[in-house]
Amino acid sequence: MEATKDRVKEPLMWITKRDGMNPVFIWLIRVLAFVCGMLACGLIAFALIEQLRDEPSRITEFYKCFIDGVVKNDDMKWTFAKDVAILLCISVALTPAFRMRFWNTGAEGQTLVGVLAAVGVNFYLGEPYARSHVADARLLAPMLVAALLAGALWALIPALFKAKWNTNETLFTLMMNYVAIHLVSFCLAEWVPNGSNTISINDDMPTLFNGLAAVAKKNHKYSNYLTIILTVLAVTVLIYIYIKYTKHGYELNVVGESLRTAQYVGIKVKKVIIRTMLLSGMLCGLAGFLIGGVLDCTVNTESVGGQGFTGIMVAWLASFNPLIMILTSAIITFLNHGASQISTAFDISGALPNVMIGVVLFFVIGSEFFINYKLNFRKHAREVRA
Amino acid sequence: MPTPALELKNITKRFGHKVVANKNVSLTLNHGEVLAILGENGCGKTTLMNMVAGIYYPDDGRIFINGHEAVIRSPRDAFEHGIGMIHQHFKLVDIFTAAENVVLGVHAGKKDNLKDVNSRVSEIAAKYGFSIDPKKKIYDMSVSEKQTVEIIKVLYRGADILILDEPTAVLTLQEIKRLFEILRRMAADGKSIIIITHKLNEVMEVSDRVTVMRKGENVGVVNTAETSEAELTNMMVGRQISLNIKRSEPVDPKPRIIVEHLDYTNPEGVKILKDVSFTARGGEMLGIAGIAGSGQREMLECIAGLIRPQTGTITFINPKENKPVTFFHKKISQVRRLAAQGKFHYPDGTRVSLKGMSRKSVRKLVRDEQILFDENEIMPLRDKTPLEIRELGVKLSFVPEDRLGMGLVGSIGIADNMMLRSYRKGRGVFVNRSKPKKLGQTLIKKLGIITPSIRTPVRRLSGGNVQKVLVGREISSSPKVLMAAYPVRGLDINSSYLIYNLLDEQKCTGTAVIFVGEDLDVLMGLCDRIMVINSGRITGTVDARTADKETLGYLMTKTQGDKADGSN
Repeated sequence: MEATKDRVKEPLMWITKRDGMNPVFIWLIRVLAFVCGMLACGLIAFALIEQLRDEPSRITEFYKCFIDGVVKNDDMKWTFAKDVAILLCISVALTPAFRMRFWNTGAEGQTLVGVLAAVGVNFYLGEPYARSHVADARLLAPMLVAALLAGALWALIPALFKAKWNTNETLFTLMMNYVAIHLVSFCLAEWVPNGSNTISINDDMPTLFNGLAAVAKKNHKYSNYLTIILTVLAVTVLIYIYIKYTKHGYELNVVGESLRTAQYVGIKVKKVIIRTMLLSGMLCGLAGFLIGGVLDCTVNTESVGGQGFTGIMVAWLASFNPLIMILTSAIITFLNHGASQISTAFDISGALPNVMIGVVLFFVIGSEFFINYKLNFRKHAREVRA
Repeated sequence: MPTPALELKNITKRFGHKVVANKNVSLTLNHGEVLAILGENGCGKTTLMNMVAGIYYPDDGRIFINGHEAVIRSPRDAFEHGIGMIHQHFKLVDIFTAAENVVLGVHAGKKDNLKDVNSRVSEIAAKYGFSIDPKKKIYDMSVSEKQTVEIIKVLYRGADILILDEPTAVLTLQEIKRLFEILRRMAADGKSIIIITHKLNEVMEVSDRVTVMRKGENVGVVNTAETSEAELTNMMVGRQISLNIKRSEPVDPKPRIIVEHLDYTNPEGVKILKDVSFTARGGEMLGIAGIAGSGQREMLECIAGLIRPQTGTITFINPKENKPVTFFHKKISQVRRLAAQGKFHYPDGTRVSLKGMSRKSVRKLVRDEQILFDENEIMPLRDKTPLEIRELGVKLSFVPEDRLGMGLVGSIGIADNMMLRSYRKGRGVFVNRSKPKKLGQTLIKKLGIITPSIRTPVRRLSGGNVQKVLVGREISSSPKVLMAAYPVRGLDINSSYLIYNLLDEQKCTGTAVIFVGEDLDVLMGLCDRIMVINSGRITGTVDARTADKETLGYLMTKTQGDKADGSN
């Protein structure tokens, strides 16, 4: 056989699946991705913000904004913790449904009807002066119940359709969001005939839990924040236990993994779907109560502000582990706060910071690829010998 | 020595860290020969050929075609090198005609007139002796016709090297014969053919040479004319295997499950089971033979309560009392409910009313048989869900065909899979993981399950180990009826024998074992009776000790108006 001089081409690179990577490495990759994302943000900032190009030294100020967003002053710290808590509550609410592979994209709506129900109870049952001002402490219990029921109902409807006719839950729950938003618009038009479309904002909340006020340095506002934070932490731990250690949690995991297996071992799938969605909706309703009942007793179509969707990402990033969600919701909130700081500090439109959040998330989510797959590169082209 | 058509040198392919599918495999294919690649399921035959066909890329090693090194990165590259592979699962577009499928994906530059294609296809068919109508749609075709289209597809593209992956698995004996004739004709025409198979008789019949693979390695090449089935078996399994499967004598065989006149029509409206009646006896193994897809799966699922037959009855005989299951469990709430329906009576015949009685006294009445369930109120298992069947006290275990999709949950570990059946046990809302964990550890030891840890997702285990987990769990509940569908499919010889022995042990404890199998030799060696199902009908039941293959084959394939067809 004669020797040929052709250089044989292997593919430049090819992809293989990897299995069981060391957890330390996995986290290292994620942290690295986050850092890279932040650096990329810096580059984008240079490209787009004029002040930075004029004075490159201000780049430190740029990054400092992120830190400031969290720790500038007491108010910032409390607000940060509160925002993390609300986002965490919604993410945790989604968890049981997602574990069951029921893609609930309706947290926004489920939370919003929770807010609406809480505010509605206050509006109809409260003292006349309270109608548009503050939550009456005596009404807190009915408000909570109303919010839980409303959230549960909003989740129950798609769950029933899924269980009965196997409708697509992703679209159904998504559409329910718009129904909720329009329902809020409708109620506002009824309640606030002046057309301002918002029940007036209240600045002077009563102390709901006096004992907590002491902990929170006697500041009324912070005592409400603390209530929210502690409630959500408790719920997070409870849901973690529910999923990991209870029979219900076991069932919903099996249903999520394989319907046929669930039927095979005699799990009533329809019952599990409905039960789990009721729980998921109820927790969204709880988030709604925290927003509408504890925080500011007001409702408008932006009350939830897209956190129902952000929550999906938070839950996904944490691979549906409620405890890890504490971290992921903190990261998302950290980015959000930093971004709004930047927008003030550099006097730029609010859209640019959103771009930056997107860039960081792109890196973080993209890094999952390197955790699951391995890239093999061509070592070197070989001479062919025959 | 002439240049070989295809030469593989030291090919290695890994999947993940642990699985080495091919290890340093070298292989030569000459012009105009039929080379068989023989090996058990999962020994890496298909993986190796997929690398030649451009589906996978080797981690190491080189491929030469006609003496020149070739890099095959995609199926298109493979075609350009004149290599065509006919996969086990056909890749055809259902709503296209044969000819349309043949030209699909051929280079856009040379657009072919469909008329020319039709005549080209007919030409190729005539040359090698295929019978095919180029204008026929795929969905109208039988399995064998579809295979013909696949073969013509690669011939049309000018393939000189044809690789056929288990081509006979879906064919009838006659079709196999015809296929082999065609393969011989193609080889005589100068084509080089590789046929992947694990069936010895086919190797002997069609091939010129045989390459035997074992555990991802090439263990030897022999000329077919100079070898024997025995030698090939030895090469395949690495040592002389005793063909004797342990078969104990039936233990006190008495009817355990009686199935009568079962009819099942699936949601698509296809009649799957037609008037199925049979009896499975305790302490006996009932084999079920039949061409794949004849209704075996549905039959077992009906019994297990997973799907509902339209007509018929399924009765379970309580082994303790040797009479049909009427009512012999202890759930007080159910006793009350049935009593309210007037289904209990005192020995003297008066109706029982349990109103106002405490749990304790009701339990005492049932235990001491002071109240009796009406004799004629047999509890049929039909229309019962798996859970209700269990609540009736019927200990029924089922090893389904689809292990990870039905029997187990792939993403969780052995311990958590152990409690799939039993997680409801115990009061309270929390699951108790200590017992399942212990059971898991016992099984790992007893059955030699290879796993990095008890928490490793079972999906990551090999097929044999997955099956051991499943069978182990189903047996651990000491069932009275054990149904197993293709329990050794895809398993190596050692694991298969382990499973056979486990089933036989169960039989010895008095369990009624129902074994759905595909290998007639195994059925004849392991079971006590063999029942044959053919297109959803029971065509006969024979004594496994005296049965012969011809009879079984005849029962499996004889037509009764409607055709037996394993296709989808």
